[in-house]
Amino acid sequence: MNRLLTWFEHIFSDKAMMQERIIKLFLMLCSLLTVLVTLGIIAVLAVDTFRFFQVVSIIDFFTDTQWTPLFEDKHFGILPLLTGTLLTSFIAIIIAVPMGLTIAVYLNEYAPKQFTRVIKPLLEILAAIPTVVYGFFALLVVTPLLQKIIPGLGGFNALSAGLVMGIMIMPYITSLSEDALRAVPGSLREAAYGMGSTRLQTAFRVMIPAASSGIMVSVILAISRAIGETMIVAIAAGQQARLTLNPASSVETITTYIVQVSMGDVPRDSIEYKSIFAAGMALFVFTFILNNISFWIKRRIGNKYE
Amino acid sequence: MNKQRTHQRKDTAFRYLALACTGLGLLVLALLLYDIFARGSGRLSWDFITHLPSRFPEKAGILTALAGMVSVMVLTMIFAFPVGIATGIYLEEYGTRNRFARILEINIANLAGVPSIIYGILGLEIFVRFCRLGNSILAGALTLALLILPVIVVSTREAIRAVPRSFREGSLAMGATQWQTIWNVVLPSAFGGIITGLILAISRAIGETAPLIVVGALVYVPFIPEGPLDQFTVLPVQIFNWISRPQAGFATNAAAAIIVLLTFTFVLNGIAVYLRHKWYKKVKH
Repeated sequence: MNRLLTWFEHIFSDKAMMQERIIKLFLMLCSLLTVLVTLGIIAVLAVDTFRFFQVVSIIDFFTDTQWTPLFEDKHFGILPLLTGTLLTSFIAIIIAVPMGLTIAVYLNEYAPKQFTRVIKPLLEILAAIPTVVYGFFALLVVTPLLQKIIPGLGGFNALSAGLVMGIMIMPYITSLSEDALRAVPGSLREAAYGMGSTRLQTAFRVMIPAASSGIMVSVILAISRAIGETMIVAIAAGQQARLTLNPASSVETITTYIVQVSMGDVPRDSIEYKSIFAAGMALFVFTFILNNISFWIKRRIGNKYE
Repeated sequence: MNKQRTHQRKDTAFRYLALACTGLGLLVLALLLYDIFARGSGRLSWDFITHLPSRFPEKAGILTALAGMVSVMVLTMIFAFPVGIATGIYLEEYGTRNRFARILEINIANLAGVPSIIYGILGLEIFVRFCRLGNSILAGALTLALLILPVIVVSTREAIRAVPRSFREGSLAMGATQWQTIWNVVLPSAFGGIITGLILAISRAIGETAPLIVVGALVYVPFIPEGPLDQFTVLPVQIFNWISRPQAGFATNAAAAIIVLLTFTFVLNGIAVYLRHKWYKKVKH
């Protein structure tokens, strides 16, 4: 109390000082708001997830193989939504990581500066396009193309959504991996050349291992994005929860389910409504863990060369 | 000697592979843009922009979606810009060393990684239900403001960090207080970078669909919103709705609406790239 009083006396004693303090306090309160957002997210998800689990057994939630909250015969097994999410994300990642990394290595180790200066902004356009546009593209362009190659492929399928998502995520991997590669000191590259390595050997045996933590971070962040991506899968992958790992099948992801319930007329206090919070919690926990692994890597091993 | 040749061959092969990957990325971009223009450009007309939505694809327009989008964006900017910039200033100029700042930093990095649909759930519970704002423009704008906050904080910090230390030291040595230094010296120098970040943030908000669907942006709004508490729809939600319908006419409408949406996105991004280029040149000299 005493300290508080002296603090007040102190700040009111000088006009300029007071102004400084008030501004600093205001800035601090603004930044405090960002903490409130995080706490808000956790609180909102936790409260309704708790209410959800008062009705649905937590064991059923993790072991039941059906997710049918919107049907007469209700089942609340998250597994079909999880496999749907993992399947589309997996397809996206096996497209995005090799392509993104190859381009990053090429731009950093091979390409003339002029080429990089033109190509990079063009590729970054891919990252600026709204996801609903990619959904349109997946459903009306990529799926019909795939149907010509794979006869009998349904109008909604995990493959098309995953492929398009991969293209969307690729520029992130390119851009983050390129930053990591650029942070490696030139002396390492020169040493490799000096030993008679080709550019390919330099890239894969020296540069990539040296930049590995940054590249790992880019891959983890890409996975996290793929898991949280909504519109592409909601439009092109279908809205039927199915426990399958078949890429030609239509699947429902966690995010799609949340959209599906939001579009419909679900009463506020029903179990269907609460189920989006349980699904949202699963999604949040997933991405939270992935993001924090990437921060951890960045902190522990990241600044080796920076 | 033979070994060297295989290595060189591998080297060349990788170059072709990389060029193929780059080409594929650009090809997809070209195909996407071409398809949308081929489908939608014929539908695009003044009528399409000024008509209300309709059950008949050839009569439907995007007026309410455009009006909703502009209202939501204006409010989002009003909420997100001051708070985001203030947080960026605090983290970069005041709190770089203490524990509180470190927690804030990790927190913002985490927020940047939260999927956008989770922000929708937050907005639904806090703004729509708890604050009783309903499925209103205000609720949508507040939700999007929280979503782009981390983007603004990060870009503001980067812009402020690029201001040379000597500028601050010069000002402080002249007897200016810390805030006077920030206001008169740091912010003017960082201005270009901060504005670039703001434009990119708003360009991201314009394309967001999922969080607004969750807070209840309607798919059919037959009137132009008049106040912040009115119900609304935005262009991406309208596009999503049209894609979901079976009639072919609506796919054409969706393509035409996408052309309008992409125009917004590309113009904003173009301005941002131009400003960044100009600003970097200035900072370097």
